[in-house]
Amino acid sequence: MSAASPTALPRWVDVVALPAVNLLAAFLLSGLVVVAIGEDPFQAMGLLVTGAFGNAESIGYTLYYATNFIFTGLAVAIAFHAGLFNIGGEGQAYIGGLGVGLVCLWLGDLPAVLVVPLAILTGAAFGAAWAAVPAYLQAYRGSHIVITTIMFNFIAASVMTYLMVNVLIRPSQQSPESREFATAATLPRLHEIADAVGLEITASPLNLAFLWALICAALFHVFLWRTRWGYEIRAVGANETAAIYAGISPARIIILAMAISGALAGFVALNELMGVHHRIILNFTGGYGFVGIAVALIGRNRPLGICLAALLFGALYQGGSELSFDMPNVTRELVVVIQGLVILFCGALENLFRGRIAAYFQRPATAGAVS
Amino acid sequence: MSEARNQSTAPAVELVGIDKWFGAVHANRAVSLSIASGSIHGIIGENGAGKSTLMSILYGYYRADAGEIRIAGKPVEIKDSHAALAHGIGMVHQHFMLVDPFTVLENITLGVEGGFLLAPGAAKARAALERLQRDYKLDVDLDARVGELPVGSQQRVEILKALYRGAQVLILDEPTGVLTPQEADHLFRILRALRDEGKTVILITHKLREILDVTDRVTVMRQGAVVAERRTADTSKEELAELMVGRKVLLRVDKKPAKPGDVVLAVDRLTVTDANGVRRVKEASFVVRSGEIVGIAGVSGNGQSELLAALSGIRRPSAGTIRLKGREISATHALDPAAMRRIGLAHVPEDRQRMGLVTAFAINESAILGYQGDPRYNGSVLMDRDKIVDLCGRQMSDYDVRPSDPRLRTAALSGGNQQKVVLAREFDRDPDLLLVGQPTRGVDIGAIEFIHRRLIAMRDAGKAVLLVSVELDEILSLSDRILVMFDGRIVGEVNPEEATERRLGLMMAGIAEQAA
Repeated sequence: MSAASPTALPRWVDVVALPAVNLLAAFLLSGLVVVAIGEDPFQAMGLLVTGAFGNAESIGYTLYYATNFIFTGLAVAIAFHAGLFNIGGEGQAYIGGLGVGLVCLWLGDLPAVLVVPLAILTGAAFGAAWAAVPAYLQAYRGSHIVITTIMFNFIAASVMTYLMVNVLIRPSQQSPESREFATAATLPRLHEIADAVGLEITASPLNLAFLWALICAALFHVFLWRTRWGYEIRAVGANETAAIYAGISPARIIILAMAISGALAGFVALNELMGVHHRIILNFTGGYGFVGIAVALIGRNRPLGICLAALLFGALYQGGSELSFDMPNVTRELVVVIQGLVILFCGALENLFRGRIAAYFQRPATAGAVS
Repeated sequence: MSEARNQSTAPAVELVGIDKWFGAVHANRAVSLSIASGSIHGIIGENGAGKSTLMSILYGYYRADAGEIRIAGKPVEIKDSHAALAHGIGMVHQHFMLVDPFTVLENITLGVEGGFLLAPGAAKARAALERLQRDYKLDVDLDARVGELPVGSQQRVEILKALYRGAQVLILDEPTGVLTPQEADHLFRILRALRDEGKTVILITHKLREILDVTDRVTVMRQGAVVAERRTADTSKEELAELMVGRKVLLRVDKKPAKPGDVVLAVDRLTVTDANGVRRVKEASFVVRSGEIVGIAGVSGNGQSELLAALSGIRRPSAGTIRLKGREISATHALDPAAMRRIGLAHVPEDRQRMGLVTAFAINESAILGYQGDPRYNGSVLMDRDKIVDLCGRQMSDYDVRPSDPRLRTAALSGGNQQKVVLAREFDRDPDLLLVGQPTRGVDIGAIEFIHRRLIAMRDAGKAVLLVSVELDEILSLSDRILVMFDGRIVGEVNPEEATERRLGLMMAGIAEQAA
C-alpha cells in the first residue's frame, strides 16, 4: 500500500521524452510503409520536412493549418477537462462560420475595428449555441453527448448546404458560394502586413487568425487554472461526486464548458473564411474539427502541448501534400496513413513504451535512495 | 492447539528477504516471515507499513525486487495470480471481486466453468461446493444473486471461491471493515474451522481486537519492515499498538464532560429517497446541540450515507424537515451544499477519495474544495494562487500533514494525511455544525489519535458535531449521545456510559432490545 504509484515519472520524461519516443516509433513504421511501396524513406522524410519548413511559403502554410488545429484542439480540450468528449467540433466550426459570414456579408461596410470584433463575437456565439444544445440534452435529459454531437455535425452540414444553395448563394452563379466579403471584413495575411512595413515575404494563407489562436491558448490557460470557473470545470471533470459535494452544479458546468468549446471551434471560420476564402463556401471545415481530437490527445489537453501538436499536424498536412506532389507513388491516401500512425502512437498507444521507460528511470532512483 | 500439531511439517509460506521499491519509496525492506501450516497468522501495521504490498507480492500482483518465496518448503516463482492459485494461495480482497447479477454458483465457477457447456460443470461444482459448505459452515444459497446478498454473505462467497480453486493458504485483507460485530464473529468461526481442517489463514488488519481474538501468531510491520513477531497469547493490545506506531499510544480518548448548549440542528421525521426511488432514511428525528458530539452507530448501508447527503444539501429530502440555526430545509425548500456551507455547516464526507477531495488536483486545490468562491483569494476574475498555497501551507502545518508541500498532487498523500487535509479545510471555517463521516477510515493509529483530539477540541469550542462511523470503538469513545440506525430508522438512543458493544451490535442488526 504505497503512496507512490508505480507509473510516477519525472515530469520532463512525461512531457518530452515519451512523446518523442512515440513520434519516433510512428515515423519508423511510416518509413517501413514507404519502403514497402518501393520508395526511399529517407528521401520521403526529407521531402516531408522541407515541404513543411523548407521556406517562408511552406512555413506560412504549416502555420495556417496549425491555426485551425489550435482552435479545434483547445475546443476538444476544454470539454475534456469537464469530463466531456465533444466530437461536434466540425459542426460547431461550420455553424460558427455562418455567424462570422453573416456579419462579414451584411456589416462589412463598417470599419475593420468594428467588423472584426463583431465577427469574432458572433462566430463564438453561433458555435457556442450549436454546442449548447447537445450540452443541455446531456445535462438535463441524459442524452449522451458523444452521440448528440456527432448527430449535430450532420445537421450542421445539412443546414449549411440548404442555406448556401437556397439563401446565401451569390445571385446568378452556379457554385454554392456567397458573394465576396468587403475588404474591411477580411483578416490581413502576414505577407500583406510585411508588405505594408516594407518587408518582402512569399505569399501564404497565414493570417492574423494565427495570432488570435495563440491568444486563445493563453486565455485558455488563465481561465482553466487561474479562475474559479476553470476550477469548477476541472473539478467536475476530475471527480463529479466531489464537485457536487463542493456545491458545484455539474449541469451548469456541462453547458458552460460546451459553450466555450463550441465558441473555440467556431473560430476556425476566422482563419478559413475571413483569412483565406473571403466568402462563405461549402465544407470549409475540411475535417479540422475531427483532427482537433487527436491534437488535444497528443497535446495532453494543455494549451502549450496543443500548440505544439497543432504545429506537428500543420507540418504533416503541409509537408504531406508537398510529399505526394514530389513523389507520385506516395499518394494523398498514404499521407493520411502517416498521419494515422502518428495519432495511433502518440494518442491511442501513448503508454506503449511507458513501462520500459519507467523501469529505466526507476533503477537510478532506487540506487539513489539506497545510498 | 493446532499450531503445535503442525510444527513438524514445513511452514506453509515462507518469505525470505523480500525487498520492493516503488520509485524512491522502499515499500518492503528485507521482510522475512514464516507462516506455520494450519495456523491463523495476523499481519498488523499502519497504513503504508507495507503489509498489503507484501501480500500483493505473495499473490503475484507485484514482483519482489529481491528475496524468495517458499511454499511448503520449496522455492517458487509467482508471476501472477494464476500462479499463486496453482500454488494453493487464495485471496479475499477488501473490495469483493464479484459479478452482482450472477448467482453465487456462477460467480464461483467463473473462469473455471469446466467445458464448453455450463450444465455438467455446474452440477459437479454444486456437489463440491456443498461439501465445502458443510465442512466449514460457509452457509450461503448457491442460487441467490450475489447483488441481493448482504455483505457478510458476499464475503463467504469470496472464501468459497478461493477454496473451490484449491486454496490451502487463504489471505484476507481487512475482512471485517464492512461487517457487524456479529458477522465478524461468524467470520472468525469460519476461519477457526478452516484452521482446524489444516488450512492456513493470513489475516491482514489494523484492528488490534481482531488480532487478539482470532490469530495464533502475529507479525507487526512498520515502515516496510517486520518489527516484531509474537505469539498472540503472549502479547497485549497496548504492546501491539506501541510496536505498530513506534511509540506509546493513547488508546482511550481523554475528554471532559460535554456542556451541551442550544439546539443547532433539529431533524424532524426526515425521509430521504435514493436515485432508484428506494427510501433510505425513514422518518428520522433527532437534535444536535452545540458543544456535544452525537454519534450515529450502524452497519454501513443502513441510511447513514443518505442522512449525511440530505443534511449537507447534496440530496433533497423527500419528506420531513431539517432545521439548521433556524433555517428550515424541506422537500419544497431545499438548499444546495454551497448554501448550507454559508449558513454554517461543514462536512467531512465518509469517502474522502470519492467525495472529499479531487485526488488529481494539487493539495492546495483540494484544500479549497467547496470554498472555491471565497473572496479571501478570489478577485473579480482571477484567483490568487499564492494566497491559496499560503492558506493550505498553514493548514498543513497546523494539522501536521506530511509531506508538507501544498503543490504536490493530492494523490501523493497517504490516507491519513489526505483525511487531515479534509479536516483542516472543514474545521478552519469556524462552522456551527460539523457533519463527520467515518473520520478515521483507512487512517493509521497515530493519526486516529490526532483526529479524535481535534474532534473533541471542536466540541469543546462549542460546535455541534454529528459523527457517523461504523467503528464502534470510535462511536463509544467520542460520543456524548449515541443514536443507532438500522434500515433507515433511528432505532434507539443509548448513553455511551451504559452502552456495550454487544448491546449496540444487536440494535445495529435490527434486533429489538427486549428480545436480546
